[in-house]
Amino acid sequence: MAARPESFSAATLPTAGQILEPSAGVLLRRRVFGHAGVTIGGAVLILIIAVALLAPILAPDDPYTQDLARREIPPIWHVKGTWEHPLGTDQFGRDYLSRLIYGARISLLIGFAAMLISGVIGTSLGVAAGYFGGRVDMVVNFIITTRLSMPVVLVALAVVSIVGNSLVIVIWVLGLLIWDRFAVVMRSTTQQVRNLDYVAAAQAVGCSTARIVLTEIMPNIVNHLIVVATLEMAHAILLEAALSFLGLGVQPPAPSWGLMVSEGKNLMFFEPWLIGIPGAALFALVLSINLLGDGIRDVTAPENRS
Amino acid sequence: MSAVLEVEELSVDIPVSAGLLHPVQGVSFTVNRGETVCIVGESGCGKSLTALAIMDLLPSSARRLAMRLLLDGEDMLNASERRMSDIRGSKMAMIFQEPMTSLNPAYTIGNQLAEALTRHRRVSREQARERAVFLLEKVGITAAASRLRQYPHQLSGGLRQRVMIAMALMCGPDLIIADEPTTALDVTIQAQILLLLASLQKEFQMGMILITHDLGVVARVADRVAVMYAGQVIEAGDARQIFQQPMHPYTQGLLDCIPVPGKTQRGAHLGAIPGIVPTLIGDFIGCRFRERCNYAMVDCVSEEVSSRDAVQSGHTYRCLLGAQQCADNAKRKASA
Amino acid sequence: MFVYALKRLGVAVLVAITVSMVTFSLLYLSGDPAMALAGESATQQDIENIRRVYGFDRPIILQYLSWAWGALHGHLGYSNYLRTDVAAVVFERLPTTMTLGAAAISFALILSIPLGVLAAMRPNTVVDRFALTLAVVGQALPSFWFALILIFWLGIEWRLLPITGTESWKNFIMPAIALGYYVTPGVMRLTRAGMLEVLSSDYIRTARAKGLRSGTVLFKHALRNAIIPVVALTAVQFGFMLGGSIVIETIFAINGLGYLAWESIQRADMPVMQAIVLVLACIYIVLTFLADMLNAFLDPRIRVA
Repeated sequence: MAARPESFSAATLPTAGQILEPSAGVLLRRRVFGHAGVTIGGAVLILIIAVALLAPILAPDDPYTQDLARREIPPIWHVKGTWEHPLGTDQFGRDYLSRLIYGARISLLIGFAAMLISGVIGTSLGVAAGYFGGRVDMVVNFIITTRLSMPVVLVALAVVSIVGNSLVIVIWVLGLLIWDRFAVVMRSTTQQVRNLDYVAAAQAVGCSTARIVLTEIMPNIVNHLIVVATLEMAHAILLEAALSFLGLGVQPPAPSWGLMVSEGKNLMFFEPWLIGIPGAALFALVLSINLLGDGIRDVTAPENRS
Repeated sequence: MSAVLEVEELSVDIPVSAGLLHPVQGVSFTVNRGETVCIVGESGCGKSLTALAIMDLLPSSARRLAMRLLLDGEDMLNASERRMSDIRGSKMAMIFQEPMTSLNPAYTIGNQLAEALTRHRRVSREQARERAVFLLEKVGITAAASRLRQYPHQLSGGLRQRVMIAMALMCGPDLIIADEPTTALDVTIQAQILLLLASLQKEFQMGMILITHDLGVVARVADRVAVMYAGQVIEAGDARQIFQQPMHPYTQGLLDCIPVPGKTQRGAHLGAIPGIVPTLIGDFIGCRFRERCNYAMVDCVSEEVSSRDAVQSGHTYRCLLGAQQCADNAKRKASA
Repeated sequence: MFVYALKRLGVAVLVAITVSMVTFSLLYLSGDPAMALAGESATQQDIENIRRVYGFDRPIILQYLSWAWGALHGHLGYSNYLRTDVAAVVFERLPTTMTLGAAAISFALILSIPLGVLAAMRPNTVVDRFALTLAVVGQALPSFWFALILIFWLGIEWRLLPITGTESWKNFIMPAIALGYYVTPGVMRLTRAGMLEVLSSDYIRTARAKGLRSGTVLFKHALRNAIIPVVALTAVQFGFMLGGSIVIETIFAINGLGYLAWESIQRADMPVMQAIVLVLACIYIVLTFLADMLNAFLDPRIRVA
């Protein structure tokens, strides 16, 4: 090194700051566990997933069994509450806690499945547009613009009203509608990565397009993909709740949280907890997913942190 | 000659996660009217931060400390932000390294030029416009009047830097600070811009601080030179003194890196300074150059090195070696 | 600029045509219109007759073209349920939804832009954290639930605001908040990010080096550049809002397009539904086009190419 002739352009010399930086792995770990959003969001999300998976064990009652003699029992913090129904019962006498627990399954299932479908569509379109550019890019851009100009809720409602509504249909309708952000983000990140030298190098040694996309491009955009995936899962969960609230999503007697708010709506002035509890559950779930997503973005892209 | 700017023991501290960073430490120099002082050093040596500290434009996390900071005899250390904003652009102006991004893309050249004058002087828009046209012509821009209506993105890098120079001159400042004004430009344009700056500086009798890492530039325009290394001025003096009799081993190493036409053999190795700059976080005792120095001694580790006078007056350097020994080292290098 | 506008207009028209095809296929898939027209007691022969008279037996392309031709002249179809022209109903309800949307976007902008600017000026301070918290919470709050909470507290417990109807401007306050808050996180974050980027840019340093007052630096030099992407986002969000107002309009019983859409779904009135989707899509297309034009106007790099 010393023998190599070097003109006095100190740009090649590392600065003091660079030398002192700890290794990337240490930094990443420090950031992940030092980040409140990731830890809190991740913990709450894991808790909700666990509750959903263990629903048959955790739920004190069957979520569908009606008991008209025991209607609208208030939750336990209320004077008239009983431990038999910690969160009370709804207007049909169904145990609210059990419905809440089973409702987590619906939200998570719809959110995850719709996110997967939209993720596959959006990522394929976005990566194709970003990688090939030119005409492909033009066409994909056009599709994205067209999709964005269609009002999601209304189109979803229209389609559901035509083909009928079931859990599976709601999943597919949402999945086919909300891929736009995947496409937009994947397109721009692929464009950035594509212009880097190592992609050109891979092309120069004759790698196939599929190989370059899978081994050179994907690993470099996967953290953006995860961030968008969390956002879209939260988006899908909120949309399902809204559709169910409007009566055109998941159908009764399924314990969808949006549907539960809708059913409790007429009694909200007398039994506010009927909308308070499922709404808060929905809020907590979406908040935890968003926190996790924002956290992942912060952790993987420290330059975004100010 | 009267001093335009007096800087004494200027330091900059920046708190970072690993501790307190001292990118500039104990820098002192004076700029006289009509004089060009070049600050030379490799990137990261603190020369740009020194300039920003004088302008009071440091990033908000950085802290500035100094014994004395006078502009035309006025104390700038205790000046309010309001007073500083009156001084900036009016009595001292700065030209930055990046002409491509230093102009606001949303406004015309004319708007941005005029604003520099109307902020500080009671003049009409028409007068500001005339001054802008006059200075654009001064900096060698043709069809100046029509340029006023153009936006920065319509101009080349060289033109934009000329506009930046004109902007700095709008209020007729006493001091102009140019921070590597030609680094981002094409080589052919670099010389033009530098000569332009030098001639304007002589014409308007301003004091100028020219920050650069290009010793060729220094040789052409500097009256006096301050060589910075790792946040300190390690050698200062008249340009002739520095080039003819460099005292500090670092300065000698720097000059050794430049090929001299007719003297450097084709294919011969140019000089290089091995090693890297030490980290400037926390307290640092001893000579900052010792790790890379051929003449390092035991004392260099423990003893704080202060500036001392060289053979000729006005020439100072920061090294434990005696003046005679330094001069000998320089001679030996030159003859080798 | 002119060429840019022309190109952009071309894209807008193409998108509009595509959207119209999609909405037409919605109608087409929704069932046999002849059967619906004929009524339940009709014989097979009646249905065949209607099919021929109305042209439902033609190829789908021809049906689309004749429908599109009609749509261009303001004939958006006929509602069998309401027994009236669809366009009349839709355009009667549109102003209410537009009013609600305008109120909601105003609320969102008034809240989010100053907050974003403040957060960017003082990053990692109390203001910044408050803004960030508001954004994170806002993004997770289900709009229908938030609307019900507003009704419960502001409408019932404290009796500050009317909970349904459109009689006075007071009726629009709660719906506007419920509809608008969902937009604030996005706009605020974009403003904050834009301001942070601009404030650390070289030309802001130049402006400060000229000795400009901090107000001039902030508003003339920084905000002007940071606001450009916000304009586009606002247009997009306004379009989304009109589509999303169905939830809010049903909750607050506001007689706008969203409420009409919800009613139409209930009574399987597909022509109305389809017209609403088409009209909202066209509004979105026009809005984004205007936003791009405004962008070009604000950004000389596009305008003076």
